Amino acid sequence: MSNDFVRSLDLGGRPSHLRKQTILQQLHIDLPLLALVGLLSVVGIIVLYSAAGGTFSGVKRQLAYFAVAYVAMFAIAWVSGYMWRQLAVFIYLIGIALLLGVMFFGVGAKGAVRWLDLGVIRFQPSEIMKLALPIMLATYYANKTFPPTFKQIVVSCLIIFTPAWMIFKQPDLGTAILISASGLIVLLIAGLRWRYIIATLVGMASAAPLIWNYVLHDYHKTRIRTLLDPEADRWGAGWNIIQSKTAIGSGGVDGKGYMSGTQSQLDFLPESHTDFIIAVLAEEWGLIGVIAMMLLYLMIVARGLWIALTAQDNFGRLLAGSITLTFFVYVFVNMGMVAGLLPVVGVPLPLVSRGGTSLVTLMAGFGILMGIATEQKRVNMF
Amino acid sequence: MADSSFRDPNFDLAIFRRRIILAMTFVLILASIIVYRYYDLQVVQHGTYATQSDANRIKTQPLPPRRGLIYDRNGQLIADNQPVYNLTIVPELIDDFDKLVGELRQYVEITDDDVNEYKKRLRRHRRPYEPVVISHKLNSIERSKLAVNEYLWSGVEVRAELVRHYPFKGLFAHSVGYVGRINERELRQIDPEIYASLHTIGKTGVEKIYEEQLVGQQGSQDVETDARGRVLRVLDQVAPTAGSTLQLHLDANLQHLADRALGDRRGAVVAIDVATGGVLAAVSKPAFDPNLFVTGISFKDYAALRDDRDIPLFNRMMQGQYPPGSTVKPIIALAGLVNGTVTTATKVRDPGYYILPGEERRFRDWKPKGHGHSINLHQAIAMSCDTYYYDMGYKLGIDKMSSFIGMFGLGERTGVEMTSERPGILPSREWKRGARGLPWFPGDTLNVSIGQGDMLMTPMQLASSTAILAGKGRQVKPMMVKAINGVDVQQEGTGRPDVTLENDKHWNTIFKAMEAVNHSYYGTARQVGQNSSYRVAGKTGTAQVVGIGQDEKYDELELEERQRDHALYVGFAPADNPVIAVSVIVENGEGGSSVAAPLAKVVLDGYLLDEQGQMRFIGK
Repeated sequence: MSNDFVRSLDLGGRPSHLRKQTILQQLHIDLPLLALVGLLSVVGIIVLYSAAGGTFSGVKRQLAYFAVAYVAMFAIAWVSGYMWRQLAVFIYLIGIALLLGVMFFGVGAKGAVRWLDLGVIRFQPSEIMKLALPIMLATYYANKTFPPTFKQIVVSCLIIFTPAWMIFKQPDLGTAILISASGLIVLLIAGLRWRYIIATLVGMASAAPLIWNYVLHDYHKTRIRTLLDPEADRWGAGWNIIQSKTAIGSGGVDGKGYMSGTQSQLDFLPESHTDFIIAVLAEEWGLIGVIAMMLLYLMIVARGLWIALTAQDNFGRLLAGSITLTFFVYVFVNMGMVAGLLPVVGVPLPLVSRGGTSLVTLMAGFGILMGIATEQKRVNMF
Repeated sequence: MADSSFRDPNFDLAIFRRRIILAMTFVLILASIIVYRYYDLQVVQHGTYATQSDANRIKTQPLPPRRGLIYDRNGQLIADNQPVYNLTIVPELIDDFDKLVGELRQYVEITDDDVNEYKKRLRRHRRPYEPVVISHKLNSIERSKLAVNEYLWSGVEVRAELVRHYPFKGLFAHSVGYVGRINERELRQIDPEIYASLHTIGKTGVEKIYEEQLVGQQGSQDVETDARGRVLRVLDQVAPTAGSTLQLHLDANLQHLADRALGDRRGAVVAIDVATGGVLAAVSKPAFDPNLFVTGISFKDYAALRDDRDIPLFNRMMQGQYPPGSTVKPIIALAGLVNGTVTTATKVRDPGYYILPGEERRFRDWKPKGHGHSINLHQAIAMSCDTYYYDMGYKLGIDKMSSFIGMFGLGERTGVEMTSERPGILPSREWKRGARGLPWFPGDTLNVSIGQGDMLMTPMQLASSTAILAGKGRQVKPMMVKAINGVDVQQEGTGRPDVTLENDKHWNTIFKAMEAVNHSYYGTARQVGQNSSYRVAGKTGTAQVVGIGQDEKYDELELEERQRDHALYVGFAPADNPVIAVSVIVENGEGGSSVAAPLAKVVLDGYLLDEQGQMRFIGK
């Protein structure tokens, strides 16, 4: 049995003046993070309750998802960094295998095949990959010197873009972006040299026409065109974005009042429970609500990055940094697309949008963060 | 691991810390961009989006005005509005039309015609989210079935609409007319602002001519709707203004009497108030049920009306142009007197025919053996002696005759407020040259003298000319509408000067002769005068439908029924103080005296006598 694992179980015999902190440590709980996530969960339910028309039945299922998600978070917080490193390759390969399974046996809706039906449950293997990929990369760099070498970068790219491409092909651009981001963030915080970063940006800019012509689906192009000119197809592709901007803009500084947003309550705003829920908040709570929400997210990001900075090893640093910054990518892409800054891709607003799958994944990520946080504190105390 | 021995944890940590701080900076920049974007939308552009949001949820709906009611002179309701319930679809809200119709058919009858009309209406100009009717006039069973299941579909709604209703069915079909669906051509002409919420427009008769007054003024309401267009609450309302109420000169009871008297025969009856020109009765038969047209007549029903041999859609009062026959003789006699062609003492020998000087052709009298050796003007009218008129007409000449008859409005439209009026034909030299390219022959004059030849008149003209005659030349224009919203309509003139005679006695000469038609032992309509409590002045007429050859004998029984002569009658009463003038035509009725005259008497009695058979207009 390794030292890490022993340490993770050996929790007794603390000095009495540290007992209060110790109880939380014993439970593998990071109190600031738990408080912030808990607050965000409550806000999420409140906003969803309004978006769902003010009925309890509209949030009942989401409350159940939250219950599952919190259990997952608390449980995963118990898995040590050592365990993750041992399991990393296995989980990653399982994820790849399941994605292959989706390619051949997947089920789907609206032309996209994202689900795997195991009889008992249906789930999206891409969700597993959201955590498996950063764990894999963090493990890969755990024992390497920063910054990454060219060879390491090539290997990393293979690790990142194999699943990302498979998910993009499902097609699920939103998840593919999030997964790519979680991987690339590992490279960036591991100190990827500026010349590579600049070369990549220049390369992507010059390859943009090729990407436009050969990589993007027609509906992606439509979304980008819609972003630039929603009025061009007012009743079709432009409808969502016109209505969401109208909802946000009409909210003003202090909003129309809780449960009084006409855009959302009168069904003008599509997807108001899911991807476009920030528009409901913006309409009913105004700019004040939006800023408060953004501050809450930034505090979570700050806490997550603090955990990354104070992590005891490179694995913990990279993984905590990736999970935290990917969490912010969710927020940025979602709030940006609903406000008409970015093309519409299927990215939910973390902990607020209705839906169980991504909620569980996000909370599992917080569980990993708590695990890293409490592990590090234990070490400091010895 | 080869490089692990060279690891410098502090070097790694330094790189990592720099990158994390950089990342946090980047996060704050991105967060600021997002917040700035929301600030831009919510503060800078707030006004625009607030307006847009209100425009989204608040829609202005037109409120249809109630069409003006139409009453007869005694306050009987002739045209009102009744609610019908239509099944409508909002096309924007449905995905699969065929599937939806399949489901709806379980509850409501939807014919292929309905579907076709729905699709036709879809192609028309239409505001977004405006419901389109898929099934008209739901009955109460269909309505309740739909009420239970309406929630199943979005965009499906039962909507109530007020539509025109004619309680008397066919009785006023040709006079009051009817409304019907606005068609493509009308759509281009009407003001879309006024008709936004309306589906029908006056098509014929009073309904068409008084459309502007009847239609009323549209109201509007601001309603809050959801994205499906369902109305949640009314925020503001401007009530519509109902159309004006029309009171007609028509007397529904008189109309009934005339209609019943005509029975199943084809023909027309027009009665006019001599003093005002108000049309008291206006019947054309056969008629049809105007209610059929209101919500759009089915092709089958329309084909049946169109192909009917008796052409029920044909308004005989206005479109029917008939040779007036002998009914025009009183006016022609007056022309002779006025021009000095004849006097009351002038006598003519009638052997049963007339031969133009220097010609061989015989112009036959209707009585083969003639009326006798010395026929004067009085007898010529009372007995309807054709030979007397041939002689007088020849001497008078077409020019004087034609211009005199023209003063009674013959050959020009009366302008009464009914549609499709024909002008008739008043033959003259100019007319013949223009219409036929032929010179005028003396024989033509003889034909016109007895109301035959090319002369054609509508029953409306017959009645109005009789009213002018009864009023001793005072021009009256026949009018349908008596009052609008209780305010009497100004009488209009005919545009012609009154007929004034140097010698006023000529009127009485003619009137006495016309009285004799009904009240003398030799009068052609003597059965009309029998047992009458008042005196009637009138004139019978029989108009040939087919030309009868020279000296050719014909057997009435052998003639196809539809080739038989038309029976006509014009008259006014009371003879010494005329109140009402009437014209009757019965197609192929043969006898003006036996068929048309008694029918006219029914109408005169109906107007002049009360329930006890006493005169209503004593002292006037």
